[in-house]
Amino acid sequence: MKNALSEGLDNTDSPCPAFCFQDVNKLYPSRDGLNVEALRNINFEVSRREFVTVVGPSGCGKSTLLKILAGITDATSGRVEINGVLQQGPSVEIGVVFQSPVLLPWRNILENVLVPAEIQKRDKKQSKDKAYELLNMVGLNGFETKYPKELSGGMQQRVGIARALINDPSILLMDEPFGALDAMTRESMNMELLRLKESIGATIMLVTHSIPEAIFLGDRVVVMSPRPGCVEEIMTIDLPEKRELSIINSEKFGAYDSHIRHALNSKVGLD
Amino acid sequence: MKKVTFNERDMMLRVGFFVFVIALWHFSVTLLDISPLVFPAPWGVVVSLYQGIASGEFLFHTGVTLYETLMGFVIGAIVALVLGGLIGQIRLLEKIFYPYIVAFQAMPKVAVAPLFVAWFGFGVTSKIIITATIVFFPILANTIVGLRSAPREQIEMMAAFTASPWQKFLMVRFPHALPYIFAGLDVGIVLAIIGAIVGEFVGAQAGLGYLILQRNFSMDITGVFAILIVLSAIGIGLHTIMKFIAKRTVFWSETSEDLRQ
Ligand SMILES: Nc1ncnc2c1ncn2[C@@H]1O[C@H](COP(=O)(O)OP(=O)(O)OP(=O)(O)O)[C@@H](O)[C@H]1O
Ligand SMILES: [Mg+2]
Repeated sequence: MKNALSEGLDNTDSPCPAFCFQDVNKLYPSRDGLNVEALRNINFEVSRREFVTVVGPSGCGKSTLLKILAGITDATSGRVEINGVLQQGPSVEIGVVFQSPVLLPWRNILENVLVPAEIQKRDKKQSKDKAYELLNMVGLNGFETKYPKELSGGMQQRVGIARALINDPSILLMDEPFGALDAMTRESMNMELLRLKESIGATIMLVTHSIPEAIFLGDRVVVMSPRPGCVEEIMTIDLPEKRELSIINSEKFGAYDSHIRHALNSKVGLD
Repeated sequence: MKKVTFNERDMMLRVGFFVFVIALWHFSVTLLDISPLVFPAPWGVVVSLYQGIASGEFLFHTGVTLYETLMGFVIGAIVALVLGGLIGQIRLLEKIFYPYIVAFQAMPKVAVAPLFVAWFGFGVTSKIIITATIVFFPILANTIVGLRSAPREQIEMMAAFTASPWQKFLMVRFPHALPYIFAGLDVGIVLAIIGAIVGEFVGAQAGLGYLILQRNFSMDITGVFAILIVLSAIGIGLHTIMKFIAKRTVFWSETSEDLRQ
């Protein structure tokens, strides 16, 4: 399975980063003339197969950052590169998992997973096999012919993950994918996500509200501060590659946690 | 999804109420000694209904009215869907066309009907055109609203996966609009009968509307009541068929009922 899922990533050894932001700014024009400065001077790069997490208080521009990278929103100024190439709109290299599952209610689960493959006009039979494989991987085998409303929120979110992976993206973007889930489901989803990372070999950027989640999942954590949204700090997380839930109670984890909290609190009062 | 539409007790209540209404009708008419020239008794209506059916008279006129209704509905719906599809997708077209469409809609079709009869004659053509114009607007309006109201996140999702505008239309906007379109069609099919009858009232040689006028002139009020029953049966039948098709097609929508204005 590992090989099937990693095909198309053969050029992963080239030296350029998976993606990078160069002096990216974003202004949202507004009716009353007071433009919202959502992002200011964003500069960072992410190397291949890295798992970066982005934390920051609500409204600091995390979703905007992700949408710019996905090509859904244009940056006001600056430059985004994907695999060393200037980004101009959405790219096949990128798979996105949205904050809410955004499944199409008139398509069953299998058909939902196949949406990106249909858009790309990929081979039907092959994509279908791949969709079954992915649904199996996210623990939803047997649900192929069910409809979205017959699934729980967490299951729908997993369909969203399978859909994001159907075209073998080399970059996976996730915007608070587990935000709507309870703490317990969330933890198990995080464990699944780490397993997934192993098997797909993609670069992952995950946006979250939760500091522990950011530390637990990330190779690096991008800490953002609000108004205007800018990168406060990028922390490398030096925890063992194989992460277990118990790591959350370790001293090192606690140190990272309080450090990030401090960095955020120095800017604004975070809950 | 599954609603308990009626159980046995509901059914008994319904039948009971029906019997009560008919009884009330019967006794009011007989006790107050109302002339059948003003308000017929239920039994007379049933007899007239039977005679109409047995003689084949109803079959012929129903055929004519149903033909006008369905032809008008289909033509009006096709024009509305095509125009709605274009307007829903291209804003400029809305700016150009919509004022005229609204102005046309503001005109009472009943007032325009004599013109159509003058232009297209006493045959079925004028009725079909009147019906089509009446059916047109609700379907058009619903199609436009449906196409426009696709959730932003679904469109963004499609964009993120590199969908073209045409793919966004086919895979999201159109299926999203279907419940709205069916709500419009459902309103349209009921209006279509009105259109056909209005057309026949203005001037016709056949059809249930024509028959109503004839019987009215000859003071056959009982016979008019019988036709009214046929008309509402047609209305209920068409509405039921429409709902059945809608349920099959937009099975995912739980709110297609609520979308009807
Ligand atoms: N489409 C838009 N039009 C105008 N302003 C916007 C738009 N989207 C976001 N903003 C503004 O940009 C800022 C950043 O928004 P963004 O959604 O990126 O925040 P976020 O960090 O994802 O917040 P949250 O954690 O609550 O999801 C906010 O102040 C918001 O008001
Ligand atoms: Mg957000």
